[in-house]
Amino acid sequence: MSAFHNALFQLALPEIILAVAALAVLSVDLLVLRTRAIRVRAAVATALASGGCALAMVRIFFAAHSANVMDGMLLATPLIQLVQVALLLMAILTLYVAVDSTFSEHVGEFILIVLLATAGMMFMVASHNVLVIFVSLELVSLALYVMTGFDKRSPRSAEAALKYFLFGGMSAGFLLYGFSLLYGLSNSTNLSQIALAVQGRPLNPLLIIALVTTVIGFGFKVAAAPLHFWAPDAYEGAPLPAAAFIASSSKIASFFTFYTVMTLGFAGVEGVAWPHGSAGWVPMLALVAAASMILGNVAALAQSSVRRLLAYSAVGHAGYMLLAIVSHSQTSLAALIYYVITYALTTLGAFAAVGVVQEATGGDQLNDFDGLSRRSPVLSACLFIFLLSLAGIPPLAGFFGKFYLFFSALQSAPRPLGLIWLVALAIAMSAVSLYYYLQVLKRVYVTPPAADAQKICVPWLRMAVVVSLAAATLLLGAAPHILLRWILLAGVQ
Amino acid sequence: MMVAWTIYISFLGALALLLMPKGNAAAARIVALLTALAGFALALAAFCTHRSGEMLTVTRVPWIPSLGIEYHLAADGISLTLVLLTGVIAVAGILFSWNVALRTQEFFAFYLLLIGAVYGVFLSYDLFLLFVFYEIVIIPKYFLIAIWGSTRREYGAMKLALYSFVGSAMVLIGLIAAFVVSGAKSMALGDLAGYAFPAHFQMWAFPLVFVGFGILAGLWPFHTWAPTGHVAAPTAASMLLAGVVMKLGAYGCLRVAMTLFPLGLNSWGFHVLGLGSWRDVFAVLAVIGIVYGAMVALVQRDFKFVIGYSSVSHMGFILLGLMTLNQIGLSGAVLQMVSHGILAGLMFAVVGRMVYERTHTRDLKILSGFNLNHAIPFAAVVFVIAGMGSMGLPGLSGFVAEMMIVIGAWRAFPLLAVCVGVGIVVGVAYIWRAMQKAFFAEPEMVLETHEPLAAISIPEKLGAMILIAASVAVGLYPQMLLRVIVPALNSPLFEGLRKGNWQ
Repeated sequence: MSAFHNALFQLALPEIILAVAALAVLSVDLLVLRTRAIRVRAAVATALASGGCALAMVRIFFAAHSANVMDGMLLATPLIQLVQVALLLMAILTLYVAVDSTFSEHVGEFILIVLLATAGMMFMVASHNVLVIFVSLELVSLALYVMTGFDKRSPRSAEAALKYFLFGGMSAGFLLYGFSLLYGLSNSTNLSQIALAVQGRPLNPLLIIALVTTVIGFGFKVAAAPLHFWAPDAYEGAPLPAAAFIASSSKIASFFTFYTVMTLGFAGVEGVAWPHGSAGWVPMLALVAAASMILGNVAALAQSSVRRLLAYSAVGHAGYMLLAIVSHSQTSLAALIYYVITYALTTLGAFAAVGVVQEATGGDQLNDFDGLSRRSPVLSACLFIFLLSLAGIPPLAGFFGKFYLFFSALQSAPRPLGLIWLVALAIAMSAVSLYYYLQVLKRVYVTPPAADAQKICVPWLRMAVVVSLAAATLLLGAAPHILLRWILLAGVQ
Repeated sequence: MMVAWTIYISFLGALALLLMPKGNAAAARIVALLTALAGFALALAAFCTHRSGEMLTVTRVPWIPSLGIEYHLAADGISLTLVLLTGVIAVAGILFSWNVALRTQEFFAFYLLLIGAVYGVFLSYDLFLLFVFYEIVIIPKYFLIAIWGSTRREYGAMKLALYSFVGSAMVLIGLIAAFVVSGAKSMALGDLAGYAFPAHFQMWAFPLVFVGFGILAGLWPFHTWAPTGHVAAPTAASMLLAGVVMKLGAYGCLRVAMTLFPLGLNSWGFHVLGLGSWRDVFAVLAVIGIVYGAMVALVQRDFKFVIGYSSVSHMGFILLGLMTLNQIGLSGAVLQMVSHGILAGLMFAVVGRMVYERTHTRDLKILSGFNLNHAIPFAAVVFVIAGMGSMGLPGLSGFVAEMMIVIGAWRAFPLLAVCVGVGIVVGVAYIWRAMQKAFFAEPEMVLETHEPLAAISIPEKLGAMILIAASVAVGLYPQMLLRVIVPALNSPLFEGLRKGNWQ
C-alpha cells in the first residue's frame, strides 16, 4: 500500500508543489505583508508563485517519464509532461503580466487562484479517468469564474463572471450527465475501458446522447460555436490578466483533454466526415469546427472593442484547432499541440499589449489604438507581430501552426484529401481574419494619434514580458523545429 | 553564391533603418539607396557570372526536417533575370521617392522589407520557403499604400491585401494538397515537379494554383485590385507593384502551377462554349484582359488609372505567352515580365512623381492646362519614350517581348492572335491620347494662374535614365536575357510541360 502511495505522491508532486506554493503565497501575503504597499505585496507574491511554478517544472524534468497510477487515474507520459510544462510556463507569464495591475487589493488571493487553476489543469491533462477529468475540470472552471469576477469595482466584470458561471455550470451538468451515461454503458470510468465497451456495436441512443453531451461540455470550455456566448463578455469584462489566462492556459489544457477524451474514450465510433459520411463524432465535430470558423471570423468583423474582437477570433481559432481532433492522427495531435501552445503565447502577448493601451487610454475600443506606433513604437511592433501571427502570416508562429495543422488534416483522414472542404473553409476564413486584424493594425500604424496624445510609458517588466513573447512568436515561426522536435520526440515514445 | 545576400542585405537595411535615431531623413535615404545598390550589384554579378541558365543551388540547409522542408535557395536563368529586374526597379524606386518626408525611415524600411521578400520569392527552390516569402510581400505593400498613398488609399490598400491573401490562400491549398499526395517527403520544386500526380488531381489543382497566382498577376476578371491599388499607392510603391509584385504572380504561374501540374493543361475531353481545356480558358481570359484593359485605359480621366489599366493589358500578354506552351511564347512571356516591369515603372514614375507631385492633379483635362511639355520637358520626353516602348515600337524592350508572344500565340491560337492585334492597336490609341492630353494640349486651354513648376531633380533624372537605359538595352540586344532564359526553359524542371502540349 505504501508503495502505491509513494507512486501517487511522486506522480502528483508537481501539483503538490503548486498547492504548497499557493498556500505559501496566501499566508505570506496575509500574515507578513498585510500592511505593505500593493506593489511590494504583488512583487513578493509573484516571485514566490513563479518560484513554485519553476520548481514544479524542474520536478517534471527529473521525474520518471512514464508512470501510471491506478489504471489511468493519473499518468505521466512525455507528451503529458510537455503539456504540463507549457501550462506552468503560461502561468508564470500570466503572473508577470498581472504584476503591475491595480484591479484588486487582494493580490495574494488572485495569485492563489491562478496557481490552483494551473494545478487543476495539470491534473486534467494527466488523467485517463473521466471522474478525475471532471473533478479537475471543475477545479479549473471554479477558479476561472472567480478570476473573471475578481474586479469587484467593475459591474462588467461581475456580469461577465455571472454569465460565465451560469453557462459553465450548465455545460458542466451536460458533461457529467454524459460521463454518467458512459459509466453506465461500460461499468468503468477509465477511457480505454469505455472505448472497449462502446466500440464495435451500432450506435445506440444512449451513446449518442453521451457523445453529444461530452462535446457540449468540452465545446463550452474551448469556446466553440454555438457554445461560445460567454467568451466575448468574459474576454472583455474580466480583469486583463484573468482574460489572458482564460484565453491562453485554459485553451491548452482543454484542447489536450478534449483530444484525449474523444480519441481514447470514443475510439471505434469515430464515423467519417462528409462527403463519404457515416455516423459518429467526427462528422459532428466537423460541423462544430465549420460553424466556429465561420461564426467566429465573421462576427469578429463587426467588433469595435479589441478584446471582443480577440474573443471572436478565439472562436475562429477554436474551429481550426477542432480540425485536429476531427482528423485525429498522431501528426494531427502534434499539430494541435504546436498550434495551441504558440496560440497561447501569442494571445497572451496580444492581451498584455492591449492591457497596456487600455491602462493608458482608458479603453480598448479601436480608436484608442489610433497612432499607437507614434506613442509607443516597441509595443506597436510587438502587437504587429502578435496580430499577424494570429492571422497566419509567415514567418510567424501562427503560420507554421496553420500549415502543419492543415497538412495533418489533409493527410490523415481515412483517405488523403478527404477533409479538403474543411481545410479550404479554414483557409478561406483565415483570409477573412486578415481583414479585422489589419483593421487594428491600421489604427496603430496609419491613423494619426489624437492631438493631445502623449508617449505611453510602459512598465519595464510588462514590456519585458511582451517583447519576449513577441520574440518567441517570431522565433517559433522562423524555426518551428525548436518546439516541433520536442513534441515529436515526446509523441513517438 | 553571393546572390542570396540580396535577400539578407535588404532585410538588414530595413532593420538598420528602424533602429536609426529618428528624424534624420537624409541619412535614411542614403542607407536605403546604398542597400538597394548593393542588392543590385549582387544581382548583376550573379547574372553576369551565370553562364548557361541551368538551376544552381545557392544555399541549402535543413529547416523543418520532420517534414522534409529545407531552406533551399536556387537560381536559374528565369529567376536571375527577374532578380536583376528587381534590383533595377528597387534602385529606381528609391530615387523616385527621394522627396518622401513623412515618416521617411519607416517608408524605406517597409520598402526594403518588400524588396527583400521579392528577391526571396524569385530565389526560393523549396515551395514552402517560396510561399513564406510570397506572403511576407503582402504586409509591407499594405502599409506602404495605406500610410503614404493618395486617392482612397485605405480602401485600395485593403483591397490589394485581401486579394493577395485570397490568392495565396488558394495557392496554399494546392501546395498542401500536392505535398500530401506526393507522400509528404519534400517540398522542393524539383521533387514535386518530378512526381507524377494523378491526372484528375492535376485537373483541379492546376486551375486552383494558377488562379491563385494569377490574381496577383492581374488575371482578368480578378484584376480589379490592380488599378485601385496602383492609383492609391505612392510612386515607389506603384513602381514596385507594377514592376515586380505583379511579376511574382506570373512567376508563380509559370514556376509552380505549370511545372507541378502540367497535365492540368491537357484537354478535358469535352467542350464548353468552344473551350476544351484550362489552357483555352486562361488563354481567352488573358486576351480579354489585354483588350479590356486597353479599352478601359482609353476612356480614363485620371492619368494614373490609364497606366493602371495598361498594366492589366500588358500582364495579359504575359499570361497569354504562358498559355502558348511553345518556346518562343514562353520566352516572350519572361521577356515581357522584364519589359513591362521597366516600362510600367517608368510610366508610374512620370505620372506619380514628376507630374502629380508638381501639379497635384492627375485629371487629364486639368493637366492639359499646365502646358507640361514646356513646363517640364524632361517628363514629356521620358513619357514619350516609355509610351513608345509600351506601344511596342522597335528598339525598346516592349517590341521584342510582345512580338515573341504574338508569334507564339499565332502558332497556338490563331484566332486569339487576331484579337491581340486589336488590343495592340487600342494600346497605341490610349498612350497617344494620354500623351496628347497631358503633355501636348492646345495652347488656348492654358491655365492663367499657377506658379511655375519645380524643375526635375537630379534623382528623378537619374532614375529615369536607368530605366530607359535598361529598356533600350533589352530592346536592342534581347539575347542578353534570352541566352539564360531559353536554356532554363529547356531544363528538366519543365520536362512535364514539354512532354505534354509543347509545340
